[in-house]
Amino acid sequence: MRKIESEIITNAVKDLCAETNYNLPDDVLKSLSACIRCENCSAARDILEQIAKNASIAKKEKVPLCQDTGTANFFIKLGQEARVENGNICDAINKGVALGYKDNYLRKSVVSDPLERRNTTDNTPSNIYIDIVSGEKIEITFLPKGGGGENASALKMLTPSACWEGVKDFVLSVVKDKGKNACPPLIIGVGVGGDFASVGLLSKKALLREIGGVNENAFYAKKEQELLSGINKLNIGPMGMGGNTTALAVFITAKPTHIASLPVAVSIQCHSCKRKTITI
Amino acid sequence: MKINLQDLILNIKDIKAGQKVLLNGNIYTARDAAHKRIVDILDKGEKLPIDLKNSAIYYCGPTPPKPGEIVGSCGPTTSSRMDVYTPRILKEGVKVLIGKGARTEWVAKAFKENNAAYLVATGGVGALISKTVKKAELLAFEDLEPEAVYRFEIEDMPLVVAIDSFGNNIFNKTVL
Repeated sequence: MRKIESEIITNAVKDLCAETNYNLPDDVLKSLSACIRCENCSAARDILEQIAKNASIAKKEKVPLCQDTGTANFFIKLGQEARVENGNICDAINKGVALGYKDNYLRKSVVSDPLERRNTTDNTPSNIYIDIVSGEKIEITFLPKGGGGENASALKMLTPSACWEGVKDFVLSVVKDKGKNACPPLIIGVGVGGDFASVGLLSKKALLREIGGVNENAFYAKKEQELLSGINKLNIGPMGMGGNTTALAVFITAKPTHIASLPVAVSIQCHSCKRKTITI
Repeated sequence: MKINLQDLILNIKDIKAGQKVLLNGNIYTARDAAHKRIVDILDKGEKLPIDLKNSAIYYCGPTPPKPGEIVGSCGPTTSSRMDVYTPRILKEGVKVLIGKGARTEWVAKAFKENNAAYLVATGGVGALISKTVKKAELLAFEDLEPEAVYRFEIEDMPLVVAIDSFGNNIFNKTVL
């Protein structure tokens, strides 16, 4: 059993909060640059250029890329041979978030109750999803997620006769109805299968894939391209003002489901797709 | 085109949907919670802590400034969440609303009826937009944290006219 002091996790999370909110990942930057070259609409190109310039200012001056520094989402791979000492892993992460958001001047965007709506003032609690894996390491992936993309996300319980066409129609309808207000160009995570509770998480975890990588499942790799091409023909464009750059990528993850069900979830991520993984 | 807010308000018929502007002047920030509170105060017939007549509201909840800085990251938030409050806000004399994204058609009509305009900034570029804010002053509702009302003095904030005072709406043309 490997012992890990909870303080190590807290300090690592604190730094992770700042670094992730200041730096747009390389794969996203690369994809945006490619789109600037391919975009036909000049107003759309202007917006893409502003996004690239913003990323360079944020990185250089260590300021948040976007004022929406998000709810703090953590995807943990917890090695079953790792033991957190002097506290539990969730408390250690939340402590890191409170320190990270306060000390680095990030926005506190969480209210304690969805109806009472009082700001918790330290951006906690975070959303923590833990998978137990082999080994003695702890892998922490941070995805601070803005409200615009979250509000545009959707879930539908289709039934088996809907087939792929039903899934495709649903994804396209979500992007068409809500995509323009979620800061396109978007990254779109699609979860298919599982159950009502798990399909949303499946779609959100799909957002963690790097742009440019190919789905290991050849069937879904093809379907991702089919969806991406359909979405980019909707003429929504950057910030919904027209153009052929509506999405940078579509990622599909599927899992087994009930004989009566075909759940589909669509997680919408804005162009400010901030994510970073560390290993302790 | 460079334009001063008060000149824009005086000549609001001259700006047209699709036009790019570099806006200068003083604007208020207010998003969801501040809008709710403003409307609650108006409903009670009480006095607002800010003067809405001939003003501009920017839908924005900035990050806190670092020590020595004027403002943190301060891009626009999604405007459509404020649709429900907008006709009332416009009736109180606000002439320019600034945010991002499309709005419902009945809100476009409210801009026409009130001789007002809706301008959009690029979302997700809050570090870039912060360069156009030359002064930031907390005015009201401090307890709302990032949703408090600030006065921003802006210089050449890059915006696009999305709904003009004739009700023309760029989002209706481009989204199929």
